[in-house]
Order: sequence, then structure tokens, then C-alpha cells
Amino acid sequence: MTDTSHSQPPQGSAVSRFLRATEIDQGFLGRIGALLLIWLGFHLYGAIFLDQGLFLTPRNLWNLSVQTAYIGIMATGMVLIIIMREIDLSIGSIMGFVGVVMGLMQVDWLVPILGLGHPLIWIVTVAAGLAMGALIGAFQGVLIAYLAIPSFIVTLGGLLVWRGAAFVASGSTIAPLDATFVLFGGAGPFAAMGSTGSWMLAILACAAVIWITVVGRNARRKHGFAPRPVWAESFVAGFACLVILGAAAVVNAYNWAPGNLKIYFEKLGEPVPEGAAFGHGFAYPLLLMVVIVVAMTVLMNRTRFGRYVFAIGGNPEAAALSGINTQAMKVKVFALMGALAGLAAIVGSARQNSATNAMGVFDELYVIAAAVIGGTSLAGGVGTIYGAIIGALVLSSLQTGMVLIGFGDGSYQRMVTGVALVLAVWLDIVYRKRMK
Amino acid sequence: MVDRTGTPLVELRDISIAFGGIKAVDHVTVDLYPGEVVGLLGHNGAGKSTLIKCLSGAYQKDSGHILINGQEVEINDPRDARAQNIETIYQTLALADNVDAASNLFLGRELVNKWGFLDDAQMEAETRKIMGRLNPNFKKFNVPVSALSGGQRQSVAIARAVYFNAKILIMDEPTAALGPHETQMVAELIQELKAQGLGIFLIEHDIHNVMKLCDRASVMKNGQLVGTVDVKEVTDDDILGMIILGKKPAHLAA
Repeated sequence: MTDTSHSQPPQGSAVSRFLRATEIDQGFLGRIGALLLIWLGFHLYGAIFLDQGLFLTPRNLWNLSVQTAYIGIMATGMVLIIIMREIDLSIGSIMGFVGVVMGLMQVDWLVPILGLGHPLIWIVTVAAGLAMGALIGAFQGVLIAYLAIPSFIVTLGGLLVWRGAAFVASGSTIAPLDATFVLFGGAGPFAAMGSTGSWMLAILACAAVIWITVVGRNARRKHGFAPRPVWAESFVAGFACLVILGAAAVVNAYNWAPGNLKIYFEKLGEPVPEGAAFGHGFAYPLLLMVVIVVAMTVLMNRTRFGRYVFAIGGNPEAAALSGINTQAMKVKVFALMGALAGLAAIVGSARQNSATNAMGVFDELYVIAAAVIGGTSLAGGVGTIYGAIIGALVLSSLQTGMVLIGFGDGSYQRMVTGVALVLAVWLDIVYRKRMK
Repeated sequence: MVDRTGTPLVELRDISIAFGGIKAVDHVTVDLYPGEVVGLLGHNGAGKSTLIKCLSGAYQKDSGHILINGQEVEINDPRDARAQNIETIYQTLALADNVDAASNLFLGRELVNKWGFLDDAQMEAETRKIMGRLNPNFKKFNVPVSALSGGQRQSVAIARAVYFNAKILIMDEPTAALGPHETQMVAELIQELKAQGLGIFLIEHDIHNVMKLCDRASVMKNGQLVGTVDVKEVTDDDILGMIILGKKPAHLAA
């Protein structure tokens, strides 16, 4: 949304004037600040007590991007669910079930028919995974929307049913997976796009940022609304470009391990050249997440579908009286969430290069936590896609950070994550009260 | 003077609706002519809002007929009602509090560009236009409507009803939450819409407003129609008597 403040005379401190002109949300700034504090904290802890700060290194940040991806992908869907005053507890189990079926499909079913490494294997598997997730979600959505069973109950049932179904489908780990399918996981340098491609993509993204800014200005001018100050828009666009180019620089600075260089040049039948260094570039799962984030942001802010999700969350009765088919909307949103869980199952199993019936355990809770830390209100009606991604980044930063400083044991990670969730929501409540 | 010789704009004929055995509306017949304001009166729970929700599509009648311009129509949901140019201002206003005025005004009927994406700038421009006419003091176009005052929220709900060229307008206590100045604005708006030939059903508790704004008044009690009277032929007390006693005044009861 836009604001009206530019029509009022400037007032308040320089900082608040700056925030008003650039339309940067203070809650967003707070979250970014918290994230940077976490990063700096882990890095300094390592630097002081362990003689090396390992957090703010290209290698760790690249891994962080991969780790954030599949939680982030699901968190974008959870935002819609929570905005609509619903909840989905089943996505971790859907991940597990879909992952196992996809594993069986590519290893046991399709290889005998198509032959090992056939390109149709990954295509069919990916399509089937997305479709299965969407169907499961839609089925649960029908129970919620048309039989009026609370989503908490339906998806709690789903959490048990789909986890059980995953165990029924396969009692053992299925591995290794199709070689092309594995690229979705971002495990290793071959599942990233390399430095040249990354620079080009970053430059394209910057061009897109500038284009969107200019188009937005023209639209406002066409209707005679006061445009925002040029300096403010330039600052926001410039900063966004800086972040994009910075991210490209970081992932390109993470070089391939010598062993991978050897594999690469052996395939070409050449010796490894002296001083060869390849940057990883953006990992495929990260690109996938960015595509999902852009698509979901457009869906929420630029389409009727998104407008209806917000309206239903704000006032379900009013939405229905406006002629919105709220039941069909619920089914669609749960189907979308299911499809995203299917996508997360693709990324998750590809990353492990195996499908296990235990994949995704607890992930529904991390995804809900990511959405909530990102500012999605459990009361409904309020939430942003980018916020949920920051929430996912906070969670995976805490997890990786704990590993890097030697608390890699899962129990400490969970304790820290739990505390962070409660703390984040409390800070949000305090902030909202002060705003009033 | 309202011309009631032709076909009524709306005829609700013999409408009944029950909830769990309780007859909320019991064989009620009312009609409405172009350029006319018909007040619907009665105690809380008399069935006024329920009757009118059958016309706005929020409820489905159990039996009876709805005629628009003499043609029987089926109204099963709010979309059907909107398709018949029936617009409703609900007592609760039915606004989504978390989105802005333009989003509420166009809710369910968003303007989109040629690629099917929301044209927010166009919607805001249209909203500014209509609000400039209805409530020139309205300036808060880019905040959620939860941040608006009662009167401002009311004007958003009214703007939504009149923007889409309604022919039939249902107003459920439009002035209940308003101050004297805003009430006067609503009264003027009703006169203006009437002059344009709209038919208006007005649910109203304040007898003075009824006498001032309405041409006829239909009174309900316990789900049944007590009677419909021409407000020029009755006094405040006659109408009060109908509401409280459930009987038509003696001089009209013939």
C-alpha cells in the first residue's frame, strides 16, 4: 500500500521522516536488525571463544541460503493460511509422505520402465510430487471449508495420517535418487548456477527493481497522486540493488572444493588447470525460493485471489457478503499450501539424496514459527511473504549458528528456537502497543 | 409524490424463513416503487433484517417469491443480488477492517488491468472521486479502515453501495453510529438517490427519521407484517402503536 504522509508538512525526527518518505516498515527494520545481531553474535562468539568466526563466511552464508530455502518455501504458504485465520499442522507429514512416494517412484517404479537417468524420471517425479501435495491439501481444505471441521483438527489428523502413510509406503530409506532430481537440493557445487550466471541474474534482478520503481511512479503520476520523493525511491531501489549484488558477490566468493574441481575436469577429460577457482553462485533451491517468493508476493498484492485472502482474514462475513466464495477460497489456499509442501519435499529429499519417512518431522512447527516471527498475526488478516522469509532466515540462522559454535546437538537448537519464537512475538506485541 | 400505478421495482411476496423451528419471517409481503423510500420498522428480533437479507442474498428464503420489475428472480447469494443491481449497507457495515477504503469499495468487484492484475491506482482514483462527492473531508485513503472513525467507515460502506449504479438500495440502520452532522448528510444522500429514481428499503429505529425520510412504512412484529402505511396519513404515535401493539391504527384498519 501507499501512504498519504507526503501531503502533510514534514514533522518528527529525521529518522521518522526518512522512514515515512521511504515507506519502510519499522517492524521490518526491527526484524532485519535482529537478524544481523544474530549473525554478528554468532560470528563474534566464534571469533572470541573459538579463535575463528565462522558465521559470516561465504561458505556458511551459502549453506544458510540452502537451509532456509525449503522452510521459506512452505512459510510463504503458511502466511496465507494464517492470514485466513486457519492453521496447517500437517505439512511436515505431507512432506514425509510425498517424499517417500517420490523416492519410490524414481528409484523403484520409473527406472525399470524408462532406464537409469532418463530425463523423464525427474520431470514425472516432480510433477507427481506437486500434484500429490496439492491434492492432499485440497482434500483437507474440503473437510475444513465444506464440512466445517476446524483446520486445527483436520490438519492435526493429517499430521498423524500422512506420517503413518509415509511409514506404510516405505519402512526404509530410499537412496540414491535420480541424479538430475538431486540438483533441486543444492547439495554441493553442481546444484548451483556458477558465478557468471549469478552475476548476470543479479544484474537482471537490479534492472527489474529499477523498472518496477519507474512503472510505479508513472502509475501514480497518471492518476494525479503525489509521487514519493525521488531521493526516497532512489534510496530504496539502490539499496535493494546493493543487497542483490552483495548476495551474488558472497555466493560467488564461495569456491568449489578441490575434489569437485577434479571431478569436473575429469569429466571434460582435462587436467585441473593451475590456479583454477570456480565460485558456487546461487544454489538452485535458493533460486526456487526466490521465484516462489516473487510469485506469492504478486499473488497476494496484485491479484483478486490475494485480496480475497486478506478480506476473509479481516472479516469473513463481509467477504461472503461481497460475493466472495469463501469456501472455495479456503480449498484453494490449502491446496496451494499442500503443493508448496510437495515442493519442499522435492528440495528436502534432493538435498539428502534420499527419501526417508522421517523427513519433515517438526517442520510444520518451524514453518508456523517462521511466519509468526515474520509478523503474521495469528488473529488473522495481517502478514507478509517477505516477513515469513526473514522469519525462516532467523530460524535457520539460529540453527546453523548453534552448530558452528559447538552446540550442534538438536536439543539445544530446539530450546533456542523455542525461546526465540516466544521472544519475537513478545517484542512484536510491545512494538504494536507502543505504536498505538 | 411517488407514482405507484406501474409495476413495483421490488416485490417480496409471501416470504417465509425459519431458523431451527422459529419463524423469523412469517409470510411477509412488502413492495417498493422507483423513487420511493420504504421504512421497515419493528422491535429488535421482529424480522426486519432477516427479511431484507433474503433480498440481499445473505439468507435464502424458505418459501415465497421475489419479483424485480415484475419478473420473478432467484437470489441465492450476494452475487445474485448484485447482478440485479441490489446493493446493501449492512448495520455492521461489512467492511474488511484490515484493508483500505478502495479495497473495501471494490471488494468482490476489483478493477483489473489487461493482464488480470489488480489496478490499485485506478481503484484509488475512483474511490477518491466518489468520496469527494459523498464525504469531502475524507482523506485517509491508504490506511486500513480499522483506523477510520465511525462516520468515515459508514461513508465507505455507503460509497460501496452507490458507486455501482444500484437500482435498489437496502440500508440497515445507516445512521445508528453517526453524529448529527453525518446523519444530516445521509438524509441528503437519501433524498438525492430517491430523486434519481432508486428504490430504498430503510431499516430504521428512530421514528423521526422515518417520518422525515420515508414515503411508506412497513411494520413487523414477531416475524409477521403488522401493516404498511403511508407516512403522510399517520402520526408518530400511530406508528409507535403498530410497533408496540402489533395493530394497525383504528382510522386505517378498515
